[in-house]
This record gives sequence, C-alpha cells and structure tokens, in this order.
Amino acid sequence: MIRFARLLDSLIYSPSRNTKLRLLKDYFATTPDPARGYALAALTDGLEFRYVKSGLIRELVVGKVDPVLFELSYDFVGDLAETASLIWPAPAELPNNQSAPDVADVVETLQSASRGTAAKLLAGWFDRLDATGRWALIKLISGALRVGVSARLAKLALAEFGNIDVATIDELWHGLTPPYAALFAWLEQRGPRPVVDESVNFRPMMLAMPLEETELAGLNPSDFRAEWKWDGIRVQIIAKPGIRRLYSRTGDDIAAAFPNIVDALAFDAVLDGELLVRRADGEIGTFNDLQQRLNRKAVTVALSTDYPAFVRLYDILFHGREDLRSLPFSERRRRLEAWHGNVGAPVVTRFDLSPLIHFASWDGLRKRRIEDMPRSAEGLMLKRADSLYVAGRPKGPWFKWKREARTVDTVLMYAQRGHGKRSSFYSDFTFGCWRAGADGEAPQLVPVGKAYFGFTDEELARLDRWVRSHTVNSFGPVREVEPHLVVELAFDSVHRSTRHKSGLALRFPRVYRIRWDKPAAEADTLDALTRHIE
Amino acid sequence: MTHDATIDWIKPTPAGLYVAPGDFYIDPTRAVDRAVITHGHSDHARPGHRKILATRETLAIMEARYGADLLSERQALAYGELMTVNGVSVRLAPAGHILGSAQVVLEYGGRRVVVSGDYKRRPDATCASFEPQPCDVFVTEATFGLPVFRHPPDGEEIGKLLHSLKLFPERSHLVGVYPLGKCQRVIMLLRAAGYDAPIYLHGGVVSLYDLYRSHGVALGDLRLVANAAKADLAGAVVLAPPSALADRWSRRLVDPVTAMASGWMRVKQRAKQQGVELPLVISDHADWDELTATIAEVDAPNVWVTHGREEALVHLCKQQGRDARALAVVGFEEEGS
Repeated sequence: MIRFARLLDSLIYSPSRNTKLRLLKDYFATTPDPARGYALAALTDGLEFRYVKSGLIRELVVGKVDPVLFELSYDFVGDLAETASLIWPAPAELPNNQSAPDVADVVETLQSASRGTAAKLLAGWFDRLDATGRWALIKLISGALRVGVSARLAKLALAEFGNIDVATIDELWHGLTPPYAALFAWLEQRGPRPVVDESVNFRPMMLAMPLEETELAGLNPSDFRAEWKWDGIRVQIIAKPGIRRLYSRTGDDIAAAFPNIVDALAFDAVLDGELLVRRADGEIGTFNDLQQRLNRKAVTVALSTDYPAFVRLYDILFHGREDLRSLPFSERRRRLEAWHGNVGAPVVTRFDLSPLIHFASWDGLRKRRIEDMPRSAEGLMLKRADSLYVAGRPKGPWFKWKREARTVDTVLMYAQRGHGKRSSFYSDFTFGCWRAGADGEAPQLVPVGKAYFGFTDEELARLDRWVRSHTVNSFGPVREVEPHLVVELAFDSVHRSTRHKSGLALRFPRVYRIRWDKPAAEADTLDALTRHIE
Repeated sequence: MTHDATIDWIKPTPAGLYVAPGDFYIDPTRAVDRAVITHGHSDHARPGHRKILATRETLAIMEARYGADLLSERQALAYGELMTVNGVSVRLAPAGHILGSAQVVLEYGGRRVVVSGDYKRRPDATCASFEPQPCDVFVTEATFGLPVFRHPPDGEEIGKLLHSLKLFPERSHLVGVYPLGKCQRVIMLLRAAGYDAPIYLHGGVVSLYDLYRSHGVALGDLRLVANAAKADLAGAVVLAPPSALADRWSRRLVDPVTAMASGWMRVKQRAKQQGVELPLVISDHADWDELTATIAEVDAPNVWVTHGREEALVHLCKQQGRDARALAVVGFEEEGS
C-alpha cells in the first residue's frame, strides 16, 4: 500500500506524460506480485467494491474526531478523501507490531467482505497507514483514482516495461484478470506468453494516415476505394455464441452503454464499423449527440429511444472461425456485403453498410467531397483495393481526407502557466468571442475554448512576453489579459454545451494563426460561431 | 495560575501586542518607540523603531537585511538572561522557529505571560530548540491550527527529494524555500541525509548564508546559479524563493522538477494548484499536534491565539476548560510557512 500510495502521490503531481510513464514503469519493476497486479487493475478501472461509498468514509471519520474540527478542516481542504486521510487520528503505537496493509490484502479481503465488516476493516487499515496511504486507500476503494492516468496510459507503461508492442497487451488484455500474475511473469521473461481465448479479444484496429493533397498526384485512382468517414465512434464488434462485445478504438468494452446494439449481436463474426445515433428527425446525430451516451455505465430507456444507436459497417475481420484479415479489402468488402445480405432483419435494423463512393478521377472525388459530403461525415476514406487488414497506422494502404478545419477569430482572454519545460511560460490560453450587448450596451467577450498548441517556440516566447506585459488581473496561476490580441483558432466542429458560459463548445481547438495585426473589435461574434453548429 | 480577568497589562492594539507598564510592544507592525522582536522574519521584525530588544542573532539578521536603514538603538538579550523594564521582567527563551527566534517571557504583578512568536517543536540544526515555559497566559500562533496539518518527519520529506533525484538524474530539482530559515534548514537536512554535492542558490536566498556560517551553521558547498554552467545544473538541487519558481529566471535550469518546502504542501490540492510537482512538507511552524501538545505542556489557563486558523484551536482549548480567544493580530504573513 505504501508503494502504491507513493505512486499515486507522484502521478497526481506529474503533468508530463513521459514522467507518468516512467513512474508507472518504476512501480511495475519494483513492486512484487500480486500488489502490482491489483494496482494495475485499479489504474485500468478493473476493480469494484460494492459496499464502499463516500458516505461510509464520512461516517467513519465523524465517529473518530470532533465534528466541529472535522467541518472546519473539510471547509479548508475542500475534498473528502483528502480531509479524511489527513484528519484520521492514527494511534501513536500499534498493538502486536501490525504493519501497513498490502494492496493485495485490501483488495482480496474487501471483495469478500459484507457492509458491516467493510467499515471495521477500513478503520483498522486507516490506523496502520500514514495520510498519503489513507488517501490512496480511499481512492483505490472508491473506484475513481483521478490521478491523470488513463487505462490506455497504464497499458502503454506496461508495454514499455515488458519491451513489447502495446497492441500485444491489447490482444491479451480481455482474456486476463487481476492480479495478472501470468502477464507479469511473461513480461519479465520468467514465463510463457499467457494463453487466452483470443477469438473473443479485441484486435487492434487498422487506422488511416492523413492525406496531403499533393500526394494524390502519385496515386492511381483505380487502385483505391472511397467511402465517407463517418463522425461517430469507431467500434469493433465481436459476436459468437455466448459472447457479445462492443469495443472502442482503445479496446474498452462499451457494450453497457448500448444495450440495443448488444441485443442485435445474434451472429458469429468480427466486424469493424462506426457507431452512430439517429435523431428524432431520422437524420444521423452528431458526435455530440453520441457523447450523451458515452461514459455511462448504465443507460436509461429514454436515452435509448431518443437516440437509437446503430453501426455503419466498414469491414469484416472474421466470419465464424475464418480469419479474413489477410484477404484484400475488395474481397473483404464482397464478403461483408454477402454476410449483410443474409443475416436477417433483426440484425439489419441495427447494422447498415457504409456505401462505397464511385469515382473515376481525383478531381471527380474532390468535387463530391465538397458538394455531397453528408453532415454526419468528417471527410473521406481512401482504401487501397488490395490492402490487407493490419493493426496500427501503416503508411500507404489507407488515407483519411478530412474536411477543411474551420476557423474563427477569437480574442485572448486568460493565460495560464504550462508544466515541465513550459512551466515558466504562459502557454495555456482561453479565448473568447464577442456577444452583442443588449440595448446599445457594449459587446462583451465570453470564453469559447482553450488551446495549448498550434504555435512555434518563437511564437510561444512572444505570446509569453505579451501576456506578462498586458496582464490586468491575477487569480492564482491564471492571468487575465487586456482584450487586445486576436488569435485565429482552428477547430473541427462546434456544439451546444451547457458547461460553458457561451453555450458553445469547440471540438479540437488549436491555434491556427496569431493575428498580431488585427484589432480585437474585428474578432468574430458568438453568432458567427453558432452558424457552424451542425 | 489564574484566568486572565486580572491580567490587563498586556493587550492587543492596532500597532501590535502592547505591554503597558513596560511601555513596549512585541513584534509591532508599525514603527514604535520601543519594541521587543521575537525573530528576524520581516513581518515580525520591521525597521523604524527607536529602540529594539532581541537576541544577538535576530539583531544580526535585521542588520543584514536592513543595513543602513536600521537606525534603531539595539540591545541584545541572551536566552535565559533577565532584564527589567519599568518593573516588568523580560526574559527570552528559544522558540525553535529560525536562528535567533525567541519566546518573550514576561512577569508582572505575580503573573507570567509568554508570547511565543512563531515556533516549532521538532529539532532544527540551524537553531536552538523550543523550551516550554509554564505560564498564566500563553500567546500562540495558529498558522497550522487545523487537525489536518500534521507535518511528517523531516527525514521522510528529504527522502522524497533524494528519491526524485535518483529517478530523474538529468533534471534540475528546483526547491522553493523561504530565504530566511527554511533555506538553511533544507540545506542542513540534505547534508544530514548524506547529500554532499554542491547546492545551487538563487541570488534571492544567498545573502544570509555568511551570517549563518558565522553563527556556526556549516552549510557545505554552496554555489550561485548565476555562475553555474547549464550542464552543472542537470540533476542538481537548486534553492530559490517561492516567487522565483514560475519566474523567467527558471528557464536557465534543465527541465526542472518544481518542488516546494512548506507546511501548506500537506494539502495536495493546494500544492497542485501552485504547479508544484514535488511537495515537501517541511515547516518552521508547529503543526496541530505540536500546538496542542505545547498548550498542554505549558498548561496555561488562558490561551490567546494571534494569527492563522484560530477557530479550531480556540474550540479545542475551550473544550479543555481553558479560557481561549482569538486576538486577530493583523500583519503577519503566511507565505512560505
């Protein structure tokens, strides 16, 4: 527990991804089984305890300390897990030389505990840990670590630790369970590669390289097939008797959020497609509509009915036990169409085919891209007819030809210091657009988004100087600046959002150009930005 | 020992705590005729008083900091030495806060009042340890007066810094330290942990180290960042005032790990908010346990709390049957505590 606590403690303070990777690898290398395996499970959201809720923690603490002192402290600290861990009155000496609990003890004991014994167990462990240990314990058992490490990053660290490709971890992952002893043994070359039933496992997806239009001259149109790049969630469907899985691109099973899709998985195949939702008007919803459904462990009936989900199919990887990945794309497409034609109505209502776009020349395709692109697409996909289905992002077989980024002229409003190499630079910016004032009042700036990249080092140095000499207010690490500098932001799309004061949220905003020359009054209005909403 | 109904000869005033029969103030926040100074931090030791009384070390610190601006008539009083000012007996006792820091022990009309100034209870190689003085009125700070503040052992915290140096041997380790007291204490803790490499200093923390050396504090090999080559700073410990952490100055360092030595680092949210990557809970102030243990030890029936999180400490004292109140003394800062 002590090592685990130290790991979480370091992770929470480390802004850089490389540092986090290093800390994780160091932990895996220096911590024995099964503790490191349970820690890995916690980092990848693989642990759940039924009886431990924040109410239980609070109850425990208030039973131990003066309620007035607890409230004053909670008020000052502002976070329950942290207040509880800091204020817990650990005894100066422990009876019988008890030592700090091990992560494995905690996990294994708690998984089989009842609600009544859970409280008693926790109190005992709190006594045997220091404050950071208690904090880490509360994080471990409450299910959400929130230390800035995604499941993805944890797997990457694991792959680097074992000196293997992360795709291999992905292939094995869903056949393994905590504390992953066989996996660690293999990564440390002490044991064989774990044997899992790989037929139900996520297969790393094939991804496309962005297309530079100048590259087209060197490519023969007749070698390629084209289809729309739909703007939903790329998914892999694995269905066989007794198995129904819906994986996102990162290999997370998201089936729970889409029960209607899971109901329709009555076949034996592995498919590649785009998860989309349909709106009440029959149109395909935007990525934003889809987001309503993500990150939900359970989904309400209303959500399923208001935004019925379906999958638009791109590819077929397996049919029954037959691996089709080594067939060329054109042949796989034929097999996909044949499968879809025979599969039957209940499946077809939830799965349709992504249509191929016929074209004779690049100019012809370019014209279709501009004139015919559906609102729910974000560009075109070009796939070589002879391309095999391979993991990762090989250069050559598949290209994505995205629509042009949209841009908006915004005004720099706030700047915050970055981290690591950027820690002395104001490098994280908040930008705003003008909202027309009511009845002749002056227009007001409202924040529309944040951006951290898109500028060169020289531009960053100049921006930093600008921020320092135009600061009007400081709030902790944040500086408010004079509303004078226009920055053109590029973004992929804009959506309504209740989280932002402007009511709008930009997707993938980045700095496109700094308009040192342009007067702030000529920056865009919220109305202009609203017109980009799909 | 009795309750303070009868003790009215010392009271808070807008200029600070005033001892009426002796006609002097303790750590006054504005210029006065006569002042007793507990320690050299600038919010307690201000320039401009006509006469000051303090330990020899505190006077030396004030001279070093204020130079020619310090026009006051100075009188040094050693720990334990007794003097009488208009019938009030005055003695100084070590407070364990920084070099020269003292509690002011006052006796008048058969009652003893101890103004402890800022203090801590754990050992510090750069100053004499706190000596508890039983009294009728104990005047205490409460900078860390909440039960969430329990400073871990110093050695553990320094261990974190050494561990990070091992993990990131190519990065500079920039530690924010208050220039007077904290800076020298962190150096001594590093030396005690066996770290004998050169330690690099920002110009803002350099001025007092000759003074510490002349008072017998052996700080080892210290160098100025300004004179160092960039390569020397890779993997080195660099000490700077907290205000320099985010300053453009830090760009000369090598991919710095930003650390901060302060009692506030106990609260993770607070450390994270300041952009600190490596918080070190090293404080020159008493934590909750030290505050409550000290109050029990001096066993004063009256506790007056000068500054900090007074509410919780007053609550606790009242529960113990002590007469406690917050004096709400203004002008004492909490930065770098």
